[in-house]
Amino acid sequence: MRVMVFVKATEDSEQGMTPSPELSQMFIDMGKFNEELVNAGVLVAGDGLKPSSFGKRVAFDGPSRTVIDGPFAETRELVAGYWIWEVKDMDEAVEWVKRCPNPMFGPSEIEIRPFYEMEDFGDLIPPEAAEIHDGVGEKLANR
Amino acid sequence: MAADPTHRAIEAVFRIERARLIAGLARLTRDVDRAEELAQDALLVALTEWPRSGVPANPGAWLMATAKRRAIDGIRHTRMRERKQVEIARELDEERDMSVETVEAALDDPLGDELLGLIFAACHPVVGAEGRAALTLRLVGGLTVEEIARAFLSNEAAIAARITRAKKAIAKAGVAFEVPRGAELTARLGSVLEVVYLIFNEGYAATTGPSLVRPPLCAEAQRLARILAGLLPEQPEVWGLLALVEIQASRLAARAGPDGRFVPLTEQDRARWDRLLIRRGLNALDRAEALAGADGAYVLQAALAACHARARSAQETDWGRIAGLYDRLAEVVPSPVVELNRAVAHSMAFGPEVGLRLVDDIADAALLRNYAPLPAARGDFLFRAGRTGEARVAFETAAALSANERERDFLLARAAACAP
Repeated sequence: MRVMVFVKATEDSEQGMTPSPELSQMFIDMGKFNEELVNAGVLVAGDGLKPSSFGKRVAFDGPSRTVIDGPFAETRELVAGYWIWEVKDMDEAVEWVKRCPNPMFGPSEIEIRPFYEMEDFGDLIPPEAAEIHDGVGEKLANR
Repeated sequence: MAADPTHRAIEAVFRIERARLIAGLARLTRDVDRAEELAQDALLVALTEWPRSGVPANPGAWLMATAKRRAIDGIRHTRMRERKQVEIARELDEERDMSVETVEAALDDPLGDELLGLIFAACHPVVGAEGRAALTLRLVGGLTVEEIARAFLSNEAAIAARITRAKKAIAKAGVAFEVPRGAELTARLGSVLEVVYLIFNEGYAATTGPSLVRPPLCAEAQRLARILAGLLPEQPEVWGLLALVEIQASRLAARAGPDGRFVPLTEQDRARWDRLLIRRGLNALDRAEALAGADGAYVLQAALAACHARARSAQETDWGRIAGLYDRLAEVVPSPVVELNRAVAHSMAFGPEVGLRLVDDIADAALLRNYAPLPAARGDFLFRAGRTGEARVAFETAAALSANERERDFLLARAAACAP
């Protein structure tokens, strides 16, 4: 199964990166962890994200669209980085996350979310919607 | 499997560590069965101790240390039995530190060399390809015999026997659980890559049975290819194989229609292709080509798969380039099957008559006598050349030869579409 693993932001990570021996050490530790993921055939993709001050949001309400500039307030709910992993089950994903060096200087959180897989949709999508969906995809692919 | 969270966590840790444990222990004991036993024993100890003590900070090292202690006890025990106790007691005291050090060295492996050693041993050419595949899935993939049997649509007894035979052959040949070096590495790497691709293909193009694809086998092969690329990053053919399986796997969801029907490449809904896997595959292909591996058999096949992956629609496929790649592939790995695919590529690039001429050149090859894709391709060329009567016969011949039900339905539908 495929999971997305979110590294949650902290006040520190929202400040951006400033060079320090601690940061260098973290890069080394994280590099080792990533290597372990690669050598176990688990790592599919991953990257770090800039602080939310570089981000934007678009708020939807009926027909209206409002653009909101970052930074955003609820730091703990923001994402600072992600991986995509291929694992056997959630238990395995949890064990891998436990092995991750703390990605932040203080207390921090990592969240694991499984991707929807084909079979999860089952009868959820009516055939005519699936057709529209496929048609849109085709246009995207043909772009 | 245990339902309570601690047990499930322990089982998950064990699954992550199992291959490496077995690898280190096999190197130490030179006995795969013993290594599997020791690893399993370590799990049992963990299952009794960890719920009380908590999961240790470095569970992998803990499991290894536990299994190692048992291995050393076992070695001592055997020696005790073999020689007189008085004699051995003194000797053991002298030898003790050294043997523990040897064990430590054998188990201390930051580079993943022992996992690689295990893969090379399981894929040793003394074992037949199917035996290698089953053994690799068991030892490296950690699949149970039941899972392997289900994957290969075989029964458990047959798979268990196949694995036992493979282990015996490896023991008899005195295969070391080491990564071969130099020229031997190149020679044996071929055998490893062959196994990974065989596992992949059994999932991707299921040769028998009711279902067209068996994604778990593909996933296992992809994982193996990713492991190999992590551990042997200087080998272009490893990147070639990784690129090939990533790109082919990107089409898994599009390969079977909603009713399980086979959908040929040119008719697939490309929006269903997994862009993430395509990107990974193209990156791996770049790595292979940067290592001057462009003429390797897997790299060429990956380059072929990449041609399709890059085409935004079937009409945009660069068949000229595909035909050229097949010309090179036919030189690198001459085989009737490659020639058949070459004929298909040339028919797409230069017209069905060219395809017919090439396919008639190889029609007598013994390997292709009962090979459904040959009359299927011939039927397609004839159909496109407007010779529908002959095309129908060819499709019917192909359908009669196919062992996959879904593929057979597809061929019969094409035969029926050949209006006289």
